[in-house]
Order: sequence, then structure tokens, then C-alpha cells
Amino acid sequence: MSVQSTQHVNDDVTKLESVVIRFAGDSGDGMQLTGSQFSVATALEGSDLSTFPDFPAEIRAPVGTTFGVSAFQINFGSVEVSTAGDEPDVLIVMNPAALKVNLNNLRKGGMIILDEGAFNAKNLKKAGYEVSPLEDESLAQYNLIRIDITRMTVETVKKFGLGNKDSLRCKNMWTLGLVLWMFGRKRQPIIDSLAQKFAKKPDVANANIAALNAGHAFGETAEMSSNLHRYQINKYEEEAGIYRTVNGNQSLCWGILAGSQLADLEILLGSYPITPASPLLHMLSDMKEFGVITFQAEDEIAAICSAIGASFAGKLGMTTSSGPGIALKTEAIGLAISTELPLIIVDIQRAGPSTGLPTKTEQSDLYQAVWGRNGDAPIVVISVSTSTDGFEVGIEAVRLATKYMTPVMILSDGYIANASEPWKIPDINDYDAFPVKFHQDPEGFHPSKRDPETLARVWAKPGTPELMHRIGGIEKDYDSGHISYDADNHQKMTDVRRAKIDNIAQDIPLQEVSQGTEGGKLAIVGWGSTYGSIHQAVKKARKDGLDVSHIHIRHIWPLPRNLEALLNSYDRVIVAEMNVGQLNTLLRSQYLLDSVLLSKVSGQPFKIAEIHEAIVENTGDLK
Amino acid sequence: MNKQVDIKKLSPKDFETDQEVRWCPGCGDYAILKGVQMTLANTGASPENTVFVSGIGCSSRFPYYISTYGFHTIHGRAPGFATGIKLANPDLDVWLVTGDGDGLSIGGNHMLHVLRRNVDIQIMLFNNEIYGLTKGQYSPTSQPGLITPSTPMGSVDAPLSPCVFALGAGARFVARGIDTSLKELPVTLARAKDHKGASFVEIFQNCIVYNDDVFGEFTQKKTAKDTQIHVKHGEKMIFGKDVIKGLWFNAEKFGLEVVVIGENGITEDDILVHDETNRHIAFMLCELEAPDYPVVCGVIYCNPAESYDKAVQDQVAQAKRDKKADFNALLRRGRTWTVE
Repeated sequence: MSVQSTQHVNDDVTKLESVVIRFAGDSGDGMQLTGSQFSVATALEGSDLSTFPDFPAEIRAPVGTTFGVSAFQINFGSVEVSTAGDEPDVLIVMNPAALKVNLNNLRKGGMIILDEGAFNAKNLKKAGYEVSPLEDESLAQYNLIRIDITRMTVETVKKFGLGNKDSLRCKNMWTLGLVLWMFGRKRQPIIDSLAQKFAKKPDVANANIAALNAGHAFGETAEMSSNLHRYQINKYEEEAGIYRTVNGNQSLCWGILAGSQLADLEILLGSYPITPASPLLHMLSDMKEFGVITFQAEDEIAAICSAIGASFAGKLGMTTSSGPGIALKTEAIGLAISTELPLIIVDIQRAGPSTGLPTKTEQSDLYQAVWGRNGDAPIVVISVSTSTDGFEVGIEAVRLATKYMTPVMILSDGYIANASEPWKIPDINDYDAFPVKFHQDPEGFHPSKRDPETLARVWAKPGTPELMHRIGGIEKDYDSGHISYDADNHQKMTDVRRAKIDNIAQDIPLQEVSQGTEGGKLAIVGWGSTYGSIHQAVKKARKDGLDVSHIHIRHIWPLPRNLEALLNSYDRVIVAEMNVGQLNTLLRSQYLLDSVLLSKVSGQPFKIAEIHEAIVENTGDLK
Repeated sequence: MNKQVDIKKLSPKDFETDQEVRWCPGCGDYAILKGVQMTLANTGASPENTVFVSGIGCSSRFPYYISTYGFHTIHGRAPGFATGIKLANPDLDVWLVTGDGDGLSIGGNHMLHVLRRNVDIQIMLFNNEIYGLTKGQYSPTSQPGLITPSTPMGSVDAPLSPCVFALGAGARFVARGIDTSLKELPVTLARAKDHKGASFVEIFQNCIVYNDDVFGEFTQKKTAKDTQIHVKHGEKMIFGKDVIKGLWFNAEKFGLEVVVIGENGITEDDILVHDETNRHIAFMLCELEAPDYPVVCGVIYCNPAESYDKAVQDQVAQAKRDKKADFNALLRRGRTWTVE
């Protein structure tokens, strides 16, 4: 809603290119539901969008406290949107704590819509306000819209005979109704969804729908007498096709399922609930018609062990977790490397170390993924960079795991796991199949027999006549697959395990420049969920004439075979990541590259401005 | 007319591998290996449909010596692998080999869960009351006071009874055998193989190097008839060289007692009949210890219920019947919109 992009269509409708809205309230105020419903309504209107659910780890923190504040941010527009936005243009707050926590980030001059009814002495005290911000000058620089949402909601839903608690729970829908009116989004999809969600409680459904309609009507009638206005955001010009919204966990889950279909294998997922990876377990548990078996194990270790057992028996074994869980799985990953079985390991990273910040995002498991095992134990590591990217990454992970008989670790993170974007739905028939052929021939068979080209070990599953064999974590003889303590053999097996993974660099795409030119003054290198911020920052800088390019690495290990030459073609390389320099260390160690680190570990994604600032700083002195 | 082809009946020898067995000379594991090979031959097991899974420890080397499929995994985690294998292919007959350290210490949690879930596998726990492969430290089944490298003043740990643990975890098949009792052990193992669901068999195994003769009190052939009782479902629990001792249920003390037929007015009618479906009695039988009581061997408890893997497969089969597996349709479920 910046001034440059504002254009008055007529007296009461202002045209905007894009806008950032942040819904903030108590954990129990239903902000995540409000935000996701608004996202759906927005997507259906054809806007490009990106969302950022930002919630506490506690399910229901004490009411009214600052640590119980839950927020949902959405950036949408008629132009390309690739992050949830640096700073909100509109902040909707349901209580004083939500204002206190979120005000800092609001654009100067931005709009605040607040529920006046929740700004009572008790709530102000809980939020730590000595003086109500409504009574001093602290909000003077913002466009403040005070509405007693609490009272109006309670009055609207009175006729449905709900208790006080259930009545107050409709506040979010009242607010959503108002915001839908402001931005010209349709109510019907939300009404349908409420009717479905509360099908067994018609009173609750009707009360919520009534609140939604009342909020909308409030906008219509109050328009003339208040500073409430309507805004128009045109459709974003997307290529033709069928679209839906998707978050990073969904796209990844579907990508791995697509991979299993292309490999002609059924999945067995062994998993243990952990934030923010649990939705993968939930989704796959509801895909049994594809032959997917899900096993909620007693712990992280049993989860991965069951997946490895399933791979041994001829399924596509898979396990999902986050950093602390991956740490527990480490020994078993080593066994999968030693026995050379395909395995998909998903790490939805969160802020660490230890329990860290379970609901906040970070990219600090790269060392763990690439190097975090005993022995020389290489695996394939691939990263997901956007909410939609998981689909391609999932397929690629299955292809590499089955072709090379190796564990593949997929690194995603809490930000893109939960963030949504519009997605042009692909057609699985457009992808090349890579069906697995299990070994059948007893002639010259032994379990260490390998393909001379890929170096992949044969996959002979139990149940196959005459191929009975034993595998395990003790070093195996290269020529027979039997246990071997021979010194030269260990050297040879270590070398072949390493060469097998290194060779995969020949089978993955060359590293492309995602924006800008090959060669030049400056390259910003990123991986994973920083894609959106780097993309927008580089776009802005290039528009201003700065010589900067964006390189985004999907294949973390092995690295693309042209990456070294590509990075050497710039005068300076900045590695931007949400850790204290893990990819940076990797690149420096591999290429003796004198790169510069841009690090952020606050549990929050990079802002576009933070990257942009680094670009400006680092291009100034380069001649 | 089809020609009749004789399917060659496999002998125990057919289940041997070409690998040199590397247990210490005199180790009880040799006898158990023989017992298992006999069981497989006796029951007409198909080598290609049989998988032996193990963790880490002396006992866990077992799969290398059986000519079926085998997976030597990591310490304590064999139940996870076995569960994955059975879920992936329910037609496989899965055996799990573990020890008192692997199965009850580092892998105690997994043992609990594989038993309560009732995954259709056979679990053989070789109990030698010591850590062998790491050179003789005490284990969770070692007796208090045992002097070992890590307990130079004697162990102060309270020991665990494997069978009581298994029953407590909800196991529906609990049995016991002795490494060298090659008459009984294959019979017990065949019952375990036949049982649908998790079968737990504790095998007393002598570690000749670090804990030699720890079970000598009841395993010596000379006195075995008086120190062991081999129970059979529906038969009276009578034992002893003279076949006059028996187990009697003392209702007043709510426990089992050893009585002698013909003494104190006890007749054969007073001796308890073994009912392998009675879990309460099973607990009591597992808790009997030498020298005051005979050590109970054979199938102590067997009360089958639907296995976990069967229930999982049934749900998948139902989903396949009820829903069409259409990948493109899956992606288009929910709200979509079309850009022209």
C-alpha cells in the first residue's frame, strides 16, 4: 500500500498493486483460521500471494499474554509476490498483547484495525501497558480504526443462543467479514467452508456465518462516516491452468508420493510426531488408497528403522522429522548408507539447538544433513526453496534414492512448511517414469554386486527365490558381500560409497542463475526458504542498476558440477542463510571460495530489505 | 496329466550358510543355532520367505549363519526393522534375534512396543545375564552382587525378568527354552512360528567366557527333572525324577506352591492343569525361580488376537476398495481455480 502504487479508481475505491495484512490475536482467537480463509478467498480472486503463519509453541498460552500471541501474515497483489512481505500495511489486532508484539513491524503510516472491546484494564495490564495506547500519542502516526468488535459480534450472534465463550469465538469471523469487504473478496467460499466445518453444530456454523456477514455489512454501512475504505487489487497475470494454494509440507508430500508412483513403488512412512513435520504424517496417513502405509512409531529411532526395514523388503521407506528427531535417527541413517538401501528422510528444520524454538524457522541443520554421522558417511541432500518447490524436490529425491540405492535427505523448514502460495497444479503424466527393477537373476548374485555406471548396489528383496542374502552394518567385502575386516577392502568400500554419491553430480542439473547474469560484480547465494526474500531484493537492486545476481542452490550434496566455476565468475559472493554460516562453510571448504556471510538466526525469515541492504553495501566498493 | 515332482524336503543343514561361525567355542549360541535350523527344517520353512533380523551383540550375529534373508541392524532397534519388514510384506516370516542387553536395555522401549502392538514376528531373546561382546559388563538381567569390570564391588542393579516384562507389555505368546535342550526347544520355537502375532521366547543361554554356568542350578542334565518343569496346555504340571512333585495353587496366599503327591493329603487331582490362556497363572509361572521352585519352560502363555500388521493391511485394503487411487484427482481435491 505504498504511496507510489496508490491510484484512486473513484471516490471510494483505491487501486493497489499489492498489500500486506497481518492478523494478530490470542492463540485462542482463531487467527490461523482467519488468515488461511482469507488466503483462500484471495487466491480465488486471482491474486498472487504468499503467507506466513507465525504462532507460539504453546497450544493455548494464558489468555491475553504477549507470549500467547498468534499471527498470520499475507502478502497479495496483482504483481509477482514471493515473500509474505517485510512489513504489514494493515495490522489487525484482537487484543492489546497482539498490538504490543506486532506494532514494531507495521509500516509507518500503516493502518491498524483494533477491537476496542478487548482494550480493557485487565488485558492492558496482561500485555504490560501502563497507559492504554488508545489514550496516549503512541499510535498517532498510524491510521487507527477502532471498532468494538467484541460487542458487535456478541450482539450479532445472540439469537443463536450460544454461551459467552462460543459467542466470543465468532469475533474472528466478524473481523474477516470486514476485511473481505475492504479488499473486495467473496464471502461464499468461506461460508461454504464454515458450513462444512461445523456441519454437526449448525448453531455454531450459523453464528459464525452471521458474524462474517455482519462484519461485511459494517464495512458497507460505516464507509461514509469513518476512515474505512475499499481497495482494489487486480488479478495477477498467471499462465493458463488450474490452480490451488499449497504449502511447503503439502507440495513435498505430494512430490514424494508422485515420485513413488513414477518409481512404481509403494511408500512406507515410519514417523513420530514433531513440530513442524507432523502434517506430513497426517497427510500420508490419509493416502492409503495409494498403498501408503504409515507407522507412528514409539520414537524417532523406531520410525526410521521401520522405514529402512521396509526398503529392505522392497517398499519405498520414508521418515519425516525435524532437527532434534533427525539427531536421534543418525545411527540408523549410517546403517542405510552402509547397507545401501534407498530411503527418503525429510527434515523440516526449526530453530535450534536442542528443543530451540519449535514453531520458528531456521536453516541450521545443513551440517547435520551433510556431515552429521559417524564414519565417512555420504548421502544426498536436497533443499526445498518455496512452498510449491516441494513437488519437484520430492520427485527428484525418490529418483536419486532408487537409482543410486542411497538415503536422500530433504531439507525444508518451518517457514515454507506452513506458508502458502498459489500453485499451477501439475499433471503427473508430464513426468518421465523411472520404474524400479528388483534384481531377480541368481547368476553370479551377491548383495554387494553393483551397477558399473551408477555404482548402485543390487536391490534384491526378500521373497525372491535363490537370492537369499544377509546385510548389515559391519563392513562388507566388495566382491562377495560377506563380512570383511580386511584393511584394503575397507579403503575400497569407503571409496566406492563416496564415489557413488560424488557421481550423482553428473546426474543433476547444472546450477542456473535464477536472476541476473553469469559473471559480474556480486552474486547472492541462497538455499531453501530464503528464495523469496533474495529474489525480491535482487530484483529491486537490479532495477536500480546494481550489478547483482541471484544463485539459489537446490542440490546441497553433491553440489552441482558447474557451481565452482559459476561462483568464481563473480567479483564477490554473499551467502545468505538463516544460520551462522553452514552453506558458507561448505562452499569455502569445497572451493576455497572467499565468500561473505549474511546470517540471520532470529527465528524469523529474512526481510527483503535486509538482503537489499547487504547488496548495496557490497556493491559500493566494487569497481 | 501333470508330472508329479517331489519337492525336496529341506534338512537343518540346508539352513546353514558358508560363513564360519564366530562364537566362542562352547557358547550356548551354537546349540540354539542348531535348534533353529532344526525348527525351520521340521516346519517346512521356505528360505526365500524367511527373514532373520537382529540388533547388536553376540546373539545378533545369528542372521549371518542362517541361509534365509537376514538383516543385522543396530543396537536395540531390531523391533523397528522387523516391524517395517512385516508391514512391507506380510507374507514374510520374520524372526528377531536379540539378547538381554540388546532387547531389554538399549532396546527395552522397542521391545515393549513391538509386543503390545502384536506384530506377527517371532522374538528369540538369548538371555545370558551378561554383556558378552563388550567383554563382560553386567546386564539388566544380571543378579545383584555380580562382579564385572563395571561393577568391581558387585552390581547394585535390580534385575528384570524377561518373561514377566513381556507379559506386562501385553505379549500374547510367552515361552521359555534352554539352549542345549534340543528336544524341547524346536518344539517351542515351532509353536512360536505358528502363532499369529508377536511370540516371545526367552532362551537361557550359557556364556562360557563371562558368565559360565550362571543357570547351572537348573540346567544340569542330572538334576534337570527336579529343577525344570516343561508345561503343556491341558496337562497337569507334574515334574521331578519320581514324577510326584507338582504345582498347586494356594488360594489363601494367592500363589503357586510345590507339593508332593501323596504327602499332606495331596492327590493328583490337586495339581494345577496348565491353561496357557490364563494370563494370571502365566505371571506366576514366569516368576518361579530356582532353587525353591522349578524353572518353567515351554509355552507358558498363548492367547492370540489379531496382529498389528493384519489390521494395518486391512485398512489399506479397505481404502483401496473405497477410494480410487487417482493421483491427478488428489491434487485437484479442495478449492481450485482456473486461469484462462
